[in-house]
Amino acid sequence: MATLIYDGTYQGWLTAVFDIYEYKFGDVFFSKDDAPAAVLFGSTHLVKTDEVKAKRVLNGLMQRLSTDAVKSIYKTFLSEIERVEEVMWRFVKYVFAVQHNVEEDLSNNAVRDVREAAKFVHRETHRMKAFVRFKLTNDGLFYAMVEPDCNVLPLIVNHFKNRYADQRWLIYDTKRRYGIYYDLEAVNNVQLQFSEATGNSDALASILDERELFFQDMWRKYFGAVNIKARKNMRLHIQHMPKRYWKNLIEKTTGGI
Amino acid sequence: MSERAFEKLEILADAAKYDVSCASSGSKRQNKDKGLGNASNGICHAYTEDGRCVSLLKILLTNHCIFDCAYCVSRKSNDIKRAAFTVEEVVDLTISFYRRNYIEGLFLSSGIFYNADYTMERLVRIAKKLRLEENFNGYIHLKAIPGASEELLKEAGLYADRLSVNVEMPTETGLKLVAPDKSHKDVIEPMKYLKKEIIGFKEEKKIIKSTPTFAPAGQSTQMVIGATGESDMEILGMANYFYKKMSLRRVYYSGYVPISTDNRLPAIGTPVPMIRENRLYQADWLVRLYGFNVNELVGFDLPNLDLEIDPKLGWALRNLHQFPVDVNTADLALIKRIPGIGLLSAQKIISARKFKNLQPEDLQKMGVAYNRAKFFLAKSSPFALHKDYTSEQIRQQILTLQNSKYVANFSPQMALF
Repeated sequence: MATLIYDGTYQGWLTAVFDIYEYKFGDVFFSKDDAPAAVLFGSTHLVKTDEVKAKRVLNGLMQRLSTDAVKSIYKTFLSEIERVEEVMWRFVKYVFAVQHNVEEDLSNNAVRDVREAAKFVHRETHRMKAFVRFKLTNDGLFYAMVEPDCNVLPLIVNHFKNRYADQRWLIYDTKRRYGIYYDLEAVNNVQLQFSEATGNSDALASILDERELFFQDMWRKYFGAVNIKARKNMRLHIQHMPKRYWKNLIEKTTGGI
Repeated sequence: MSERAFEKLEILADAAKYDVSCASSGSKRQNKDKGLGNASNGICHAYTEDGRCVSLLKILLTNHCIFDCAYCVSRKSNDIKRAAFTVEEVVDLTISFYRRNYIEGLFLSSGIFYNADYTMERLVRIAKKLRLEENFNGYIHLKAIPGASEELLKEAGLYADRLSVNVEMPTETGLKLVAPDKSHKDVIEPMKYLKKEIIGFKEEKKIIKSTPTFAPAGQSTQMVIGATGESDMEILGMANYFYKKMSLRRVYYSGYVPISTDNRLPAIGTPVPMIRENRLYQADWLVRLYGFNVNELVGFDLPNLDLEIDPKLGWALRNLHQFPVDVNTADLALIKRIPGIGLLSAQKIISARKFKNLQPEDLQKMGVAYNRAKFFLAKSSPFALHKDYTSEQIRQQILTLQNSKYVANFSPQMALF
């Protein structure tokens, strides 16, 4: 059993896969740089992220799989599910073990696990396209806070870029403490420092556009008015709009900032 | 805008909420010249407490109306607050909501004020302003007002993604009963015209690329269910006519929510026929996507869908001679007809069986509702041998299964049977 310590990036993981074949490791276990080193058995191998090695693994995958299936490995990575690296590795090992394309071998656990993780991410990606709620500041920035289960920001960049091409916007993942920011030209990753002062509501109110709260109230009003009481079905409501997202949804909060 | 703005929105959203169309997909309008929005995704941004999706700002331009249709909240004789938006207000609200990512676009309907053309002209003006002045590329669904002139309908099609004319009641007799001033002809005429234009523009676009799009997401309509006495056979027959003859993209079924004390209609407090509505949608899906014919689901000997079981199971139980099916060899069309196996599972089965002979547990892992499907699967190995159950025995077993799982969630209607 070898433990591969990598830097936690996708490139780093692909490099690790390269090293597994290079050094002919048998059973492997992945660990991130910052993870507490709980290695009890076997050897450790420190993976040095290498673009060329990563690229070669990716090319190998692309030769054997459809574009969608290659993407689903990346999506699985973003799912951040438990022991995600092993889930990806079991699939990749199978892909390289045979000559033909195995992506539709759905009775195989390795194939299905990746497909399911990718689907889980895909679903939340779709939800984040839906549940982002921008607020407008007085200097013309539309900003939104999100807290997805999976690390989906990289997957929604293009959607928002294509949709809101004429407004500056920022979508910030409060769980992972980074955001994506569009400045009318390009989208970049950004990290923000929130000080105590900007966190309180008075400070936030003073930076909002004068009509912002009006539109928030209008949206709440609208949301209330389209409900048909005779057909109330809270189970369905919560199934579609899970409670964990509510705090960032204007229509599910009572007002204020 | 002010207090009055809130009130207007409340009145005009409330009055529009019974229109069930909520689709915002099926178009492929791209963002152009670094403008605002695109329409191709079909995203539901929120869900009401009744579980319906909120994708569009669905409002009436006004609820003033010259008609007096018994089933409609906005009917002339109803003593309610009236309001009207201005063209600018609708545009401002749409853009401001869209920029905040609350909505995919606008669904604009209206009561008929003054006359059909006068009303239609204002709907078109809003769409036009959004497209031309605001460079808005989000989704726009406009109501085509029966009786509006062809020039206006044509302009509407140039700016909207989808147009719809509501047939309201599934039969002419039903419609005459509750809306004596209306007839099916008034609805069919604009539908026919729009169909002709949609096809014409599409053909032209094949030859001349610069041809503008015309209602790229097509037409839809809706029928009110359970207000008048139509059978499911009449309802689905009408829907079939719209799909086949009018090339409609969608027919919506709207379970009647009692809103009036008119004695021609179910009294206030009568439960909304939610299960029946659900069964109609299931049947609609079977016809559009599963390759079923309407007459396989309903007929003169069977005018209504079974409320207890879904129409696909119902069909299978009436056609046990078509089963069992061997999923390892049968073709896709037949696999899709097995109860418990949906479109996606059917496709997964076709893909996966290239690798190995599928076992029951493989199907379970793929998301097949195996407890339901097992009665219809090949009895040869590897599938366990099931006794030769009769339709009634299978039905009872599945119902027991169904009840144990869902019984608490059924609407109050369940108590009736």
